[in-house]
Amino acid sequence: MDAIADRPKTYKYGFVTDVETEKFPKGLSEEVVRAISARKNEPDFLLEFRLNAFRWWKEQEPPRWAHVEFPPIDFQDIHYYAAPKSMEDAPQSLDDVDPELLRTFDRLGIPLHEREQLADVAVDAVFDSVSVGTTHQDILAEMGVIFCSFSEAAQKHPELIKKYLGTVVPPRDNFYAALNSAVFSDGSFVFVPKGVQCPIDLSTYFRINASKTGQFERTLIVCEEGASVSYVEGCTAPVRDENQLHAAIVELVALDDASIKYSTVQNWYGGDEQGRGGIYNFVVKRGRCEGARSKISWTQVEAGSAITWKYPSVILKGDDSVGEFYSVALTNNRMQADTGTKMVHIGKNTSSTIISKGISCDQSKNSYRGLVKVTPGASGARNYSQCDSMLVGDGCEANTFPYLEIHNQGAVIEHEATTSRISDEQLFYLQSRGLDSEAAISLLVNGFCKEVFRTLPLEFSVEAVKLLEMKLEDSVG
Amino acid sequence: MLKIRDLKARVVDGPEILKGIDLDVKAGEIHALMGPNGSGKSTLSRVLAGHPDYEVTGGTVEFEVDREPQNLLAMEAHERACAGVFLAFQYPVEVAGVSNTVFLRAAFNAICKAQGAAPIDAFDFRELLAEKLELIGMDASYLERPVNLDFSGGEKKRNEILQMAVLAPRLAILDETDSGLDVDSLRIVSEGVKKLSTPDNATLMITHYQRMLQHITPDIVHVLMDGRIVKTGDHTLAEAVETRGYDWVREAA
Repeated sequence: MDAIADRPKTYKYGFVTDVETEKFPKGLSEEVVRAISARKNEPDFLLEFRLNAFRWWKEQEPPRWAHVEFPPIDFQDIHYYAAPKSMEDAPQSLDDVDPELLRTFDRLGIPLHEREQLADVAVDAVFDSVSVGTTHQDILAEMGVIFCSFSEAAQKHPELIKKYLGTVVPPRDNFYAALNSAVFSDGSFVFVPKGVQCPIDLSTYFRINASKTGQFERTLIVCEEGASVSYVEGCTAPVRDENQLHAAIVELVALDDASIKYSTVQNWYGGDEQGRGGIYNFVVKRGRCEGARSKISWTQVEAGSAITWKYPSVILKGDDSVGEFYSVALTNNRMQADTGTKMVHIGKNTSSTIISKGISCDQSKNSYRGLVKVTPGASGARNYSQCDSMLVGDGCEANTFPYLEIHNQGAVIEHEATTSRISDEQLFYLQSRGLDSEAAISLLVNGFCKEVFRTLPLEFSVEAVKLLEMKLEDSVG
Repeated sequence: MLKIRDLKARVVDGPEILKGIDLDVKAGEIHALMGPNGSGKSTLSRVLAGHPDYEVTGGTVEFEVDREPQNLLAMEAHERACAGVFLAFQYPVEVAGVSNTVFLRAAFNAICKAQGAAPIDAFDFRELLAEKLELIGMDASYLERPVNLDFSGGEKKRNEILQMAVLAPRLAILDETDSGLDVDSLRIVSEGVKKLSTPDNATLMITHYQRMLQHITPDIVHVLMDGRIVKTGDHTLAEAVETRGYDWVREAA
């Protein structure tokens, strides 16, 4: 048992599922990379993609520029592949899936069985390194929408994978991108063909279960001309007193007039009050507005992880394309976050909006880091950035690191930033009007974050509000 | 309605500020509590509202809820509000991101819920707000602005009276509501307080000067000095304090 006995009360997802797990031995080598590819029976081009990334990665040093502190990671002390034994024979349908795995997702509020499935959301459930099942696939298939695990896509749609994989985040983009490109296990693939508006939200739920294991998922979403999709990811992990690495890559491609909305509610285990345990969430997320008038919108609610280090970005290549980034990052206990976005304006008349809300509590560190870059040819570029920080208590830290690289004189760039504090006096004021502390905090947080919450799909917005309230109550109460 | 006996209180771990207060307030009455700076006026108001920075070291406070006396000191701040106690703050607090309407409705519904009444919907609440604004002669421009944010001193005080009008408390404690008001605001605020006074509720006005008392004639006036009520009388006491000063009270007491 490596779960901590006195697990924090506010983290209700801290349980461990007792299943027999097949793990590759610890450590990373060319053999391990080949073994992962072989286990997934991948086409040759994917093995080459992995090996190319691995060979470059071997020569690199991990970057240290983020405003976060952690001891060096021993990359040879991690299992790079873990899967429940029952998944070895690749179950053909949900009926064949180990009931223990289905029960796990039930407990997480993600029922996969047909009769209980969430009606208006299709879910791909990923457990450690493999996808357990994907719901609503038939309805989607009728419309030509592909939504499946990445492994399945590699088998059934290799031509699409080959065409788009690594085109937004190249394998040599950075240290963690290369690591992921070498050892990525599972994740989701979404393809929405020309002119199709995906009728329901698509969602992937990532669950880390095995100990001493990294999760390296890979998500690729492609919207052809005039297509649109709304995609949501959620994540949790057991309470453990070790740190676990989660290094994912998400790539989005939007062609002419396409629109992709990507929402994240991240609630990985964030460690205890002393800062023991928790997930290192080092993720590369990038979207490319390839076509004219395309739009990519990121919304993230980051409430977990010992360290969050990521910058969901948009490359605005198509003329008149639109990039958006809406973020709420809450840190408590000793969590650290260095997160923000990059908006790279290339096409003409491109516009981007950045709304970032950081809430720091207890002894945590919360930084916004963002780049707005306007290339010489990007005439008519516009950006609006707003970065607000809220401090709860005296021991926490909030920082804003905005970077501007403007190479076109006509660009219109606006930046606003504020810092506020939830004070005892504010709470007393609200309480003296009849609101209990829970309702008072909820009112304050909702007020602070409302521009971001209203961009989330409704049911996730409700979840996100509840999640933040739960975390804040501990810190304020 | 309110019965205070030998109330002693201090800032947590600080020196005693209230040194034995006795006070009775009945329904339908308007009381004025006067006193020099540092006499403990604001402390009394905050202790009655349940501010966590203060510690009661002795005495009792009974507040009638449904004609039954309840121990007010055992209630949390929000429970006191739900029982019908309202404090108009000397320095109203700014709440960014939350509009006055949203705030008022959340508070109104919290009180409804505590009293076992059904919550009010957004539409009916608008009507209620319009009615209250008219009653106290304020315009609707306050409603969509974030609570007290970038309000002038006068606007903040008026906003307190608007909240009081909407939440309809049984005991309203006004902590130096007249300070920092220009002549017009003072008149509007005073008229509002007067209109909200009914035979079923009571008002305790805490003030340093007599300014507000020129608009509202209190039934009973108390003078607080050094943590004790040293003199109680009718409205002429306020006038005497104004002309002769607190030293006169001290000498007479």
